[in-house]
Amino acid sequence: MAEKVLMKGNIAIAKAAIDAGLDCYFAYPITPQNEIGEFMSKTMPELNKTYINAESELAAINMVIGACSTGKKAMTSSSSCAIALMQEAISAMATAEIPGVIISVMRSGPGLGHIIASQGDYFQATKGGGNGDYHTIVLAPSTIDEAVEFTHRVFYLSRKYKNPAMLLADGFLGQMMEPVELKKYDFGEVDSSDWELDGVGENENKRPPRKLVSLHMGGDDLIVLNNKLQKKYKEIEEKEVLYEEFMMNDAEIMITAFGTVARVAKSAILTLRQNGVKIGMIRPITLWPFPSEVVKKYSKQVKSILDVEMNEGQMALDVKASVETPVKIEILSKLGGDVIRARDIVNKVMEMNYVGIM
Amino acid sequence: MSELCNQEKTVFSRPKTIKEDYDYTFCAGCGHGVVLRLVAECIDELNLQKDTIAVASVGCSICLEKYYDLDVVGSSHGRAPCVATGVKRAKPNKIVFTYQGDGDAATIGMNETIHTACRGENLTTICINNTNFGMTGGQASATSIIGQKTATTPLGRDPKLFGYPLKIAEMVAMCEGSCYVARCGVFNPKSIIQTKAAIKKAFENQIAKKGFSFVEVLCACPTGWKMSPVESMKFIENEITKTHKLGVFKDT
Amino acid sequence: MTDKQTNIIVSGFGGQGVLFLGTILSHAAIIERKNTTWIPSYGAEMRGGSANCYVVISKEEIASPIFDEADLGIFLSKQAMEKFEDHIATGGLIIADSSRVGDIQTRSDIEYCEKPFNTLVLEQNKNLLLNIVVLGFVIKKTGILSKENVLVALKKVSEMKKPEFIDLNVKSFEFGYSLI
Repeated sequence: MAEKVLMKGNIAIAKAAIDAGLDCYFAYPITPQNEIGEFMSKTMPELNKTYINAESELAAINMVIGACSTGKKAMTSSSSCAIALMQEAISAMATAEIPGVIISVMRSGPGLGHIIASQGDYFQATKGGGNGDYHTIVLAPSTIDEAVEFTHRVFYLSRKYKNPAMLLADGFLGQMMEPVELKKYDFGEVDSSDWELDGVGENENKRPPRKLVSLHMGGDDLIVLNNKLQKKYKEIEEKEVLYEEFMMNDAEIMITAFGTVARVAKSAILTLRQNGVKIGMIRPITLWPFPSEVVKKYSKQVKSILDVEMNEGQMALDVKASVETPVKIEILSKLGGDVIRARDIVNKVMEMNYVGIM
Repeated sequence: MSELCNQEKTVFSRPKTIKEDYDYTFCAGCGHGVVLRLVAECIDELNLQKDTIAVASVGCSICLEKYYDLDVVGSSHGRAPCVATGVKRAKPNKIVFTYQGDGDAATIGMNETIHTACRGENLTTICINNTNFGMTGGQASATSIIGQKTATTPLGRDPKLFGYPLKIAEMVAMCEGSCYVARCGVFNPKSIIQTKAAIKKAFENQIAKKGFSFVEVLCACPTGWKMSPVESMKFIENEITKTHKLGVFKDT
Repeated sequence: MTDKQTNIIVSGFGGQGVLFLGTILSHAAIIERKNTTWIPSYGAEMRGGSANCYVVISKEEIASPIFDEADLGIFLSKQAMEKFEDHIATGGLIIADSSRVGDIQTRSDIEYCEKPFNTLVLEQNKNLLLNIVVLGFVIKKTGILSKENVLVALKKVSEMKKPEFIDLNVKSFEFGYSLI
């Protein structure tokens, strides 16, 4: 094992992106992810790569589109109310089938809200604020080691499916430090030579022109495109689902939680287990595609589900949609940056009438 | 004498940058077709087709890939300079240009236009200024002139109600990163020749890595203006040029 | 404080170096082959308001960096004491700067250990770093990490950030360590 170093989540994400082969970084400052841009502004020029202080998040994400249309690896990083500004472009990116990586380090909303951590952008990330039938691939790390791995993975998935892919972290993960091993994950390079824009060439090397556009007004073009996209989304749903299963073997209660909150839930589960409560957790890692099958599977085993989130219970909607049998689903929710602690979860489980605890 | 008569000399043909099966959908008297052709001629003459990536925008300028035998990437309304920045930074040796209207480059995308100019991105922007939103039905844009009747200034642009026209070329010229800024028009043969020269210069600057070149072209929008094509040409020459003055604002 | 895991809150004013104090604890924990997490308060608070960080040091894998109760509170301002005194677990310890905090001791189920750190530093004509003096004191008082490892961490981090401060850091640490 390589040496572990103490590092902020934001810095680890930035380093991982560079290890993943990042060519261009474009962004606009917003707390709590500023360390990413500050690190990039120093490191990218040193590596003879592109760094631009974009004039807005609109500009940043559209620069990503431009760079990625040439087959290069580009990303932006931002947070909540500023990710909101990017939604038009993310929809366009999905429609034009241009890859691109977005790092979203959530603060609390709605509106400008507060800079403190929350998980209020589950809907924004997975349901999209952009228009039309598209999906963004969304991975939610819960440790900094995972943030490193998933940064590599979002670059890979984004290029593999020519689709926007997002790393959805929260302010805690961005700002916290823990020992991290900056592993280099090799998912294999994705060949982009058959679609990237590099000019049509000339003479015997002349090829037909390529277009990467989101306007499809001719004839059935948009219908055909939508069918193609849906087929792709289906494939992603079949192949790319990731989740963590924690103490679910004999569980009678299933917690569903993602990101940092899932770590808090683990602490609570360990406490509850010591007190004889048969409780476990399914932690979705890909928030889209959502791990519906495993949630469905365990919903038949457990007596109840407790969805724990630092938002109004946004993911619970996907949990409910995954469940077929009648099972009680409760939500433990805290909003506006209010922190969920292990004792909150323990108390909630006690409220749910499981006696013999504490 | 007979030899000369037998020689066939092509004096006018489709530029090879324009597709064989191109099918302009522009209205009669619209300036887009003329400018698209001028851009294609310049690309041909500078032998740039092989290495050019065009950035389309939103408006009647949107469907570049229908006409051009070039790689094309689309952009959302006003963001063409950002997409072009991304392309150019990723592939500095390619020739990258945006083709935008005034609704795009001077209205919703004014911020992006100005910042791209300030950064001195080595790009070429062609801005078709027909002083209205042509595609959506002739609504007022930032560049509509005082008194101009549009779908959303039905009694004419009154500055008390609708503010004053935005002069995008002058603004771009103020940015230190711009190297060449011109306002031309396509309303008579002379103006068309001048426009082509400006567009060519804007591409030559990019080849020479001089920075941001911006060519604004005053164009007719007879449908939006509710005028005949001939009246439209006169409207540009006699009215619009009083507000949006022709000239080279910067050439460094 | 268990054998396995120690939860720590470090709190004070922005500018006192409380976040840095916390990071040294985490760096030293790694050297000691323990697991650790560090979460700061961030944003506007950096500029003069309250500043605090949460540090976990554990022999086992740390499930959550966010804890219910702290075993150790290191409080360098009155606000810190007011805000976090209730967050200390029964049997826990508060180390506070009495020259800032005053005499606030509302609980009987925890231990208070106060020293006028700020005054002591001022008496040395400011030739000491307050946060590192406190760090030295904390290590001597609690033994949560070995002095040797903390000094290695302190030197390592100083070397990366401000090499000219290495000697002053070590001097400050030793001063704090000798206050008991």
